[in-house]
Amino acid sequence: MTYFPEEVVERIFDFLATHRDRNAVSTVCKTWYRVERLSRRSVFVGNCYAVRPERVVARYPRLRSLTVKGKPHFADFNLVPHDWGGFALPWIEAAARGCPGLEELRLKRMIVFDESLELLARSFPNFKVLVLISCEGFSTDGLAAIATYCRVLRELDLQENEMEDRGPQWLSCFPDSCTSLVSLNFACLKGEVNAVSLERLVARCPNLRTLRLNRAVSVDTLSKILARAPHLVDLGTGSFTIDHRAEAYHKLINNFIKCKSLRSLSGFWDATPRCLPAVYPICGNLTGLNLSYAPAIQGADLIKLIRQCSKLQRLWVLDCIGDKGLAVVANTCKELQELRVFPSDVYGEGIAAVTEEGLVAVSSGCPKLISLLYFCHQMTNAALITVAKNCPQFTRFRLCILDPGKPDPVTNQPLDEGFGAIVQSCKDLRRLSLSGHLTDQVFLYIGMYAERLEMLSIAFAGDSDKGMVYVLNGCKNLRKLEIRDSPFGDAALLEDVGKYETMRSLWMSSCDVTLGGCKTLAAKMPRLNVEVINEMDESDELEENPSDLHRVEKMYVYRTVAGPRNDAPDFVWTL
Amino acid sequence: MEGGGSDGSDLDNLKATELKLGLPGTGEQEKLPSILPRSSKRAILEANEGPSKRNSSEIKSVERDQKPAAKAQIVGWPPIQSYRKNSYQAMKMEAEPTGMYVKVSMDGVPYLRKIDLKVYKGYEELREALEDMFKCFSLGEISRMNESNGYEYAITYEDKDGDWMLVGDVPWEMFISSCKRMRIMKGDEARGLGSTP
Repeated sequence: MTYFPEEVVERIFDFLATHRDRNAVSTVCKTWYRVERLSRRSVFVGNCYAVRPERVVARYPRLRSLTVKGKPHFADFNLVPHDWGGFALPWIEAAARGCPGLEELRLKRMIVFDESLELLARSFPNFKVLVLISCEGFSTDGLAAIATYCRVLRELDLQENEMEDRGPQWLSCFPDSCTSLVSLNFACLKGEVNAVSLERLVARCPNLRTLRLNRAVSVDTLSKILARAPHLVDLGTGSFTIDHRAEAYHKLINNFIKCKSLRSLSGFWDATPRCLPAVYPICGNLTGLNLSYAPAIQGADLIKLIRQCSKLQRLWVLDCIGDKGLAVVANTCKELQELRVFPSDVYGEGIAAVTEEGLVAVSSGCPKLISLLYFCHQMTNAALITVAKNCPQFTRFRLCILDPGKPDPVTNQPLDEGFGAIVQSCKDLRRLSLSGHLTDQVFLYIGMYAERLEMLSIAFAGDSDKGMVYVLNGCKNLRKLEIRDSPFGDAALLEDVGKYETMRSLWMSSCDVTLGGCKTLAAKMPRLNVEVINEMDESDELEENPSDLHRVEKMYVYRTVAGPRNDAPDFVWTL
Repeated sequence: MEGGGSDGSDLDNLKATELKLGLPGTGEQEKLPSILPRSSKRAILEANEGPSKRNSSEIKSVERDQKPAAKAQIVGWPPIQSYRKNSYQAMKMEAEPTGMYVKVSMDGVPYLRKIDLKVYKGYEELREALEDMFKCFSLGEISRMNESNGYEYAITYEDKDGDWMLVGDVPWEMFISSCKRMRIMKGDEARGLGSTP
């Protein structure tokens, strides 16, 4: 291979689709390293503190697409303090200096300030794609900067961000010359937008295929937009309340009928059953449907809608669909690949909306199901064993039984056997979340069978250190392990310290790990950052000289070549 | 190994079932999740323990039918994105922002009133409120049908099936969930109702 001119080697590398493959070839020899780094267009940084931004930019000066993730996953559930870290600015600054050709930036769980967005907007003349997922720290002013200065913007995708609303002007900042938008998603924006600006923007962007509106957008505006953009493929409705006798309703239906390309629907804020028939004309074409923000659509209405969606591949619903509704899904949606069932009654008991029956029905009726997120009130081993037999092709399996530590209600046994069946049957399983009453036995099974497992989430499970050790010893491909409220301590943590360098990160909270254990780990493994997060502000003891025997409330361990971070707040100790 | 005294933990369990309005993780430091894993040997306690080593106390086997309000006490559980949780909160609050308002008409009175049934704890309070509201119009007390002395009015309500029922027969909770509107009947009509065996 070294006799080929470098241009040829570069062309060969172009065929390497995954980051892993490209990373691998770069380690073969110096020439390949050089060719690879100069031709690398896209870099994925799974943990923003694993490497310094300057280092990335120096190595890949021709970078066009950068993806960076910040806070650990459990931050989604309020387990990580808001100011823990994950700042976007250093990345944007470094890229501004070193990769002026940057076109795409995707950030997840990071803190992004308006100043950062402004710097971004002004630094990259070719900037095309901005995706912010579960980020915070910015406002509509930052969006205004993006709209104003990114002349060739194609995608602005804001998913589930906590952003401050400073007025609707930002949308009007897109100049009249901006006609390049392909995807615009501002569903998470809380405030109003200027309807006229929105309609004009949609009208002058002929390539617009994805449009997700926020709750403030009225049905009237939606109607007008559909009329202007019948070529939409992915639509998130705004507020979906209409009086079904009104003229607005009929206009809406007519406009929906024209949208022959529509394949995905979401939004449905405030939707009531009366409005649903408006979308019946296009249901038969839908491959994606998200009704998880429409609690008023239940039972018979929901079923009626789903019966018409025979091509669905992705379905997100609330558990008010019930086992009956899931049986209908099983009968109708033979192409279903991904199902997510969210709890509608988060704190109360309410009616047990979905149980193991619904899941079994879907598993037997939907042969292509590979990804599941299922919140339910109960689960049995028998059901899980059946599901495992029906669906050996699962790649993502996340089950959340709402009552932590709840056993099989029929046999009163832990759910070890059920989950054991899942990992044994699903050879391609990459992601698994456990719940219910579980002993060390389930971890023995996971260690034995879950060879492809990359991410494991554990809560209120296990009896002893042995459980965690089974997992660490067995799962060769484990990248992320997150554990809460489980009896794993120092012995488990220190059993195989080298393992953590093969993983992206380990999170443990409310477990039995002590400060001494963390210190030992940090001492043995200099290339890991062992962070102890102490939020206890009333306890003075900790600030003075905490005993090594003191239990650590939250610990986050990750491999890094960047050393301890310099932006950690006071309550985060890097040991 | 024992954690706090066993008497103490009964009280703690009771406290944990207290209904709180805040989101889990907000408000007080002291949060005892009362739904505890069956065979777990650990106490899931929040911060104000002091510097001593965490005791792994014996967990009482918690009743499965523990009051559901207690679930709100576990931080970050169920594992739903806070963004989604906040949206559901907002939607729930908006769904019932003003309680259960029903119209109340009184025979002979030119306009109707509206009252929020959720505000009252029972029939007594409701009666008092109605008397108060229609004070200037009524000629006597708006009393219960069962009273043997003379009465001028009877409080009736229209239920889900469209039937006019006498207020007071069914448990309060059942009443407020089925009451669509109310009418204070007077005079003869009222007496007619009263004479039914």
